[in-house]
Amino acid sequence: MPGSAALLRLAALALLVAFLLTPYSFAPLFEPLTQYGAPAIYDQGNLLTLALAQIGTVLCATAASTLVAVGLGIAVTRPSGAQFLPLSRTLVNIGQTFPPVAVLAIAVPLVGFGLKPTLIALFCYGLLPIFENTIGGLRACPPAVLEAASGMGMSPGQRLLSIELPLAMPLILEGIRISLVINVGTAAIGSTVGAKGLGEVIIAGLLSNNAAFILQGGLLTGLIAILLYDTMVAVERRLFGNVRIE
Amino acid sequence: MITVDKLSKRYGTTTVVDQASMVIERNSITVIVGTSGSGKSTLLRMINRLVEPSSGRVLIDGNDTAREPAHLLRRRIGYAIQGHGLFPHRTVAENIATVPRLLGWDQARVRARVDELLGVFQLDPAEFAGKFPHQLSGGQQQRVGVARALAAEPAVLLMDEPFGALDPIIRAKAQDDLLDIQRRFATTIVLVTHDMDEAFRLGSRVAVMSQGRVLQYDRPAALLTRPADPFVSRMTGSADRAMKLLSLTTAGEVAVPGSSNGPTVAASASLRDALSELVWRGAESAAVVDANGMPCGCLTVAAILAHGRPG
Ligand SMILES: Nc1ncnc2c1ncn2[C@@H]1O[C@H](COP(=O)(O)OP(=O)(O)O)[C@@H](O)[C@H]1O
Ligand SMILES: [Mg+2]
Repeated sequence: MPGSAALLRLAALALLVAFLLTPYSFAPLFEPLTQYGAPAIYDQGNLLTLALAQIGTVLCATAASTLVAVGLGIAVTRPSGAQFLPLSRTLVNIGQTFPPVAVLAIAVPLVGFGLKPTLIALFCYGLLPIFENTIGGLRACPPAVLEAASGMGMSPGQRLLSIELPLAMPLILEGIRISLVINVGTAAIGSTVGAKGLGEVIIAGLLSNNAAFILQGGLLTGLIAILLYDTMVAVERRLFGNVRIE
Repeated sequence: MITVDKLSKRYGTTTVVDQASMVIERNSITVIVGTSGSGKSTLLRMINRLVEPSSGRVLIDGNDTAREPAHLLRRRIGYAIQGHGLFPHRTVAENIATVPRLLGWDQARVRARVDELLGVFQLDPAEFAGKFPHQLSGGQQQRVGVARALAAEPAVLLMDEPFGALDPIIRAKAQDDLLDIQRRFATTIVLVTHDMDEAFRLGSRVAVMSQGRVLQYDRPAALLTRPADPFVSRMTGSADRAMKLLSLTTAGEVAVPGSSNGPTVAASASLRDALSELVWRGAESAAVVDANGMPCGCLTVAAILAHGRPG
C-alpha cells in the first residue's frame, strides 16, 4: 500500500504544480460552473503568486508560534517555571478558542489592514497544538533516562538540548504539522483584511457568485495543506524512524 | 575513601535520611541494604549530589563534595541505575561515550575506551556499537548501562539496584561480572539493593538501613554473628544464618595442608557449596584445588561446620 500512497501524493503534487503554472488549461473543467460567460479561472491576480504568498504567510506565522510555544513549553516544564503552567495553558487555550475572525477584527484597528493582522491571528491560532505537544513530549521522557543524564554530569541545559528535546522532537514536530495544516486553511480569512492569498479567489467567487472561483480556491488550498502534511510526515519518519522510547 | 558524615535529608517535616555516617573503604564494594522506602537511594544520591543534603557532609579522599559544581562532581563519579536509563535515541557506542564526551576527550581516545569496555562486557564492538538500546536484551542493556557508568574511568561508582530488573540467572552472572570489574578497575563501588543475598554476595561491608537510619555498618559475617538491632537479624533472616555465614568464606581460606581421596572442590568455592558437595557425595573430606586444578590442601566437614557458628 505505501506504493499507492506515494503515487497519490505525486499526483496531488503534479495537479497543484500544473494548476498554478498553467491555470488556463483547466478552464474547460470549470466552465460548466460559471454563468453568463463569467471567467472560469480567476483572472484578477496570478494564482501562483497568491499560493506562494499564502504559504509564506503560514510559514512565518507557524515559525513564530513554534518559537513561542516551544519556548513556553520548555519553561513551564522546568522546576522553576512549573508554577506558570496553568496561566500559560489558559492563555494558549484562549488563542485557540478565540475565533481568528475575531482576532482580525481586534487587530485591524491596532495594526492596520494587510498582512500583519493575519499573521497575528494565525500566530495565536497555531500556538495550542505546538505548546501541548511540547509539554507532552518533554513529560514523556522516561524518568530513568533523565536521572541517568543528570547523574552522568550533564548540566540542566545540556540535558535539555541533548536528551529531552531530541526525545520530545517527534511530538513537537507533530504539533507543528497540525498547526501548519490548520493555518493553511485558516489563512484564507486573511484575504478579508487585504492579506495576499488564495482566500482572495474564494471571496471573489462569493462576491460575484462564481462557483468556479470558490472551487478552485478551495481545491488549491486543500492540495497545499495535504502536501505540507505529507512532507512533514516524511521528514519526521526520516529523522526519527529509529527512535523508540520504551 | 568516602566519608559520609552525619548526612541527613529532610523533605518538609519528614526525615528521609537521618544522621547517616559511614566510612567507605577505597577499592571495595560497599552495599547499602534495606526495605523499600528506607532511604537507601536518597543516601546514595547525596553522594553525587543528585539530592542535596539538608545537613552533614560527604568527603571523597578528604575533599568536601559540596565545594564544586554538582554536575562537574558527577562526571568524576560513575552512576548506574535500575532500568539502566540508556538514552533511547543514541547508539550503544554514543551512550557509553557520554561522560568522556562531556569531559572533552578526543575522538580516538573515546573510541578506544568504548571498544575496550564493550570487550570487557562481552559485547562484540562490531556487532553492538551501532545498535540502539531497544535492540538489546535486558541483560545487554544493563551491561551497557554499567559500561557507560565506567566510561570515564571514575574512581567511584554508585549503583542503585542495578540488577533489579534482571531475571535470577542473568542477575547472578551480572553479580559475578561486577566482582571481576571491581578487581580489574580497582573501583570503589557503593551499591544499593533491597536483596540481602545480593548484599552478602557482593559487599565487603554492608550498611543496613531502616527508616532513614543506618542501623549497622559492618562486615557481612558480623551482621550475622553480632547483629546490632533486631531489625538487622530480621533482614539477614535467622533460619539459614549458618549457611549464609558459610557462604562468606571460601574453601581456599580454610583448607589445611594434606590430601584427601574425597571429591575435589575449587579453592574459590564457598564453604556452603563445599559442604553441599560433601553431603551429596557422602564424604568426610574434600581435596581443594586451585584455579589450575593443582591440589592445594584438604577440607573436612568438621572444619567447615566450625565456620558456620559465631565466635
Ligand atoms: N523528592 C522527594 N520528596 C518527598 N519525599 C521523598 C522524595 N524522595 C524520596 N522521598 C521519600 O523518602 C523515602 C525514602 O526514599 P528512597 O530513598 O527512594 O528509599 P529507598 O531507595 O530505600 O526505597 C520514601 O518514603 C520516599 O517517599
Ligand atoms: Mg530506591
